[in-house]
Amino acid sequence: MSSSGAKKKQKGGKNSAKKYPLKVEKIGKRFGGLSAVDGVSFSVEEGSITGLIGPNGAGKSTTFDLITGITNPDTGVIKFNGEDITGKKPYQIANIGLVRTFQITRELKDMTVMENVMLAPKNQIGQQLSNVLLSKLRRKVKDQEEELLEKAWETLDTFHLDKLANEYAGNLSGGQRKLLEMARVMMMDPSMILLDEPMAGVNPTLKKQIITLIKKLSKNGYTFLLVEHDMDVVMNHCDPIIVMHNGEVMLEGTPSEISTNERVIDAYLGGS
Amino acid sequence: MKFDIEMLLKSDARIVASTFVGISLLFIIVAMILGLDFNGTVNTIQRIMFLSAVYAMVVLALNLQWGYAGMFNIGVAGFMLSGVYTMAIITGDPNGIIPGLGLPIPIGIIGGVLVASLLGLLISIPTLKLKADYLAIVTIGFAEIIRYAANALTFKTFSIAGVEMGTGAGRGIHLPMNPIRNLYYTDPSNLGLGKTVFGQYVFGFFEIIQVQSSVVVSWTYAIVLIFVVGLFYLIIYRIGNSPFGRVLKAIREDEIVANALGKNTDIYKMKVFAIGCGLMGLAGILWQGSYGYTNPTTFQPILTFYIFIALIIGGSGSNTGSIIGGVVFASLLFEGPNFIRRVIMHVFKFDKAPNSIIEAIIPISSFDLGPFVAYSLANISSLRVVFLGLVLVYIIQNRPEGLLGYRKELAASIDISRRPGAEVKRGKRHE
Repeated sequence: MSSSGAKKKQKGGKNSAKKYPLKVEKIGKRFGGLSAVDGVSFSVEEGSITGLIGPNGAGKSTTFDLITGITNPDTGVIKFNGEDITGKKPYQIANIGLVRTFQITRELKDMTVMENVMLAPKNQIGQQLSNVLLSKLRRKVKDQEEELLEKAWETLDTFHLDKLANEYAGNLSGGQRKLLEMARVMMMDPSMILLDEPMAGVNPTLKKQIITLIKKLSKNGYTFLLVEHDMDVVMNHCDPIIVMHNGEVMLEGTPSEISTNERVIDAYLGGS
Repeated sequence: MKFDIEMLLKSDARIVASTFVGISLLFIIVAMILGLDFNGTVNTIQRIMFLSAVYAMVVLALNLQWGYAGMFNIGVAGFMLSGVYTMAIITGDPNGIIPGLGLPIPIGIIGGVLVASLLGLLISIPTLKLKADYLAIVTIGFAEIIRYAANALTFKTFSIAGVEMGTGAGRGIHLPMNPIRNLYYTDPSNLGLGKTVFGQYVFGFFEIIQVQSSVVVSWTYAIVLIFVVGLFYLIIYRIGNSPFGRVLKAIREDEIVANALGKNTDIYKMKVFAIGCGLMGLAGILWQGSYGYTNPTTFQPILTFYIFIALIIGGSGSNTGSIIGGVVFASLLFEGPNFIRRVIMHVFKFDKAPNSIIEAIIPISSFDLGPFVAYSLANISSLRVVFLGLVLVYIIQNRPEGLLGYRKELAASIDISRRPGAEVKRGKRHE
C-alpha cells in the first residue's frame, strides 16, 4: 500500500501538488471473531472518481460505514481534509462535507421526493425550535425555505426527478431511488461523496444518466469514492481503482493495471 | 354558488368546525329523544365538548411524538398524572389534611407542565438508542411506577427540607377551585355570598333561556379548553410544518438516514419528548382541574390506549386528524354507548335489567329477548371496550391511515409542492 502511495506522490510531483481530502490509515474492525476490515489504508484524490471493488465480503461496505461514522473502527485513523474524523458521529462527518448513499436505498418512503430533498441542506434555521415557534422569527425561516425550494427544484431537474417531486419516495422505482439518494446528498453541498453500489438494479438508460452525472460533478471538483460491482462502469470510468479482498487492500492502480492483475482475477474467480 | 362537499372539506378549519357542529347536532337529537329540557341539553353538549377538547389536546401531543417522530410513548397517562399531581401539590393548602405548598394556580400549572416535561426529558435520555418497542416498555413502566407511587401510603404525606406535602395516596388529592368561578362569583368557595357584576349579567341572560348558572360556569370552562386546543394545534402545527418537522419525519422513517444527512437526531428526539410530555401534563391539569379532585385510578394504562385509539382513528401524523380523532373518540366511542343505552331504555321502556347473565339468557329460550337486551345495555360500559376493539380492527384493516391520514401534509414552512415561477410554463404545456 505504501508503495502505491509513493507512486502517487511521484505522479503528483510532475503536475502541481495533488490533494487527498480523504486519508484512511490502517483502519480495522472486528465483528466478534470475524475481522471485517483489517489494516486498510488508502487515500482518495481530490476530484477523482475512485473505485472500490472486491468480491462479496471483502469489507467494502464496512469500510464505508467506518469512514462515515455509522460504526467506529477498532484501530486506525481516518482523516478528512486534514481533520481527524475517527469515531465522530455520522451527522458530524456529514456536516463537514463527507456524505454517502447506501447500498440498499434508504429513501424516506412516507415523505415526498421534495421533502426528502429539502431535508438534507445544512444550517437550516428552521431546524431550531425557537425559530419555528415564534412568529417574528418564522419570517426568516420562510425566506430560507423559498431559497432552498428553488435549489431543490434545480437539483431535481439535474437528477431527472422533477416530475416526481410530489410523489411519495416509496413509490419510486429502484433506479429512481438511487437518483433520489444522490440528489439528497448533493443538497448538502458536500465536497466528497461515497456511493455504495449506485448502479445496482438500475436499467441501462438510467445507468448512463448516473454515469454522466457523476462525471459532470467530478469535473466540477466533487470527489467520488464508489463501491461498484458493475465492472464495465468501474473499468471505464473509475481511476484509480482500489481492490479489497478479505478485509485488506490487495491492490491499487489504474484500470488497465487492475484488469490484467492475476491476483485480482483469482480473487474474483474464488482462487486463493 | 353550487354547494360542493369538496369545497366544504377543503379547509381544515371547516373540517374541525363541521365535526364539532355535527357532533353537537347529533347530541341535540339524542337529548330531544331523551326528553331533556333545554338546560339538560345544553349541559349534555357541554360534557361532550369538554371531553372532546381534553382528548383533542392529548392526542395532538401524542401526534407530535408518535405521528411525527415515531416515538412510541405508551406512558401518556403517567405524564398526565405527573402534571396534575405536581400542580395539586404546589397549590395545595399548607394546613390541609394533605398539605401542599399553598402557591397560586398559575405557578402550579407552570410547575406541573415543567415537571411532566422534565420527566419526559429524563426518560428520553437513556432510551435514545432504543428501538420503538423498547421505548414503549420503558414508558409504560415509568407510567405505572408513577401511578403506584401516587397510590403508595409512603407518599401520603412526606416532607422535603421540612416542608410538608403529600399525594394523598389511594384516596386522591384535592385540586384548587376551578378558577373560572372567580369570573362569576365574589367568593368562589361560598357561592351564596354573591356574584360579580359580570356574573350577574351573564347569569341573568342565561336565566331568561332557562340555563342554570352551574351549566354556564362549566360551559365557560369548556370554551377555555377549546381555545387551548387551538393553542396546542398552533404549537404543534408550527413545529411539524417546518424544517424541524422534516427531521422528525425522517427520524420516524429511518433514523440512520437522518443522521447520515447531518442531523443530530438525539437532540431532536429529546426536544420532542420533553415538549410532548409537557403538553400531556398540561392537558391532564386542564382535564382534572375541572373536577376539583383527582386520584391515581384515573391514570390507568387504559387511558393511554384510549389516546392511541383516538390518534389512530384520526390519522397518525395529521394534526387536524388528531383533533377529529379526539372529538370522534370522546363523543361517539367513549360517551356514545351510554347515550345509546339511555335512548334505548327510554324509547323501549325496558323493565329493570336482570342481575346476572343467567337470568338474561334463560328467557331467550321462550323467545323473550327483552331481558338479554336490558342486561347488555346495563353493562354497556364493559361492552364499550369490546366495541372499541372492533372499531380498531375495522380501521386497521380498512383504513390504516385513519380518517385524515391519507392527505399529504408536507413538513415545510411554505408550500413545497409548487414550483415557484413555473405556473405559466405548466399552463402552456397542457395546451
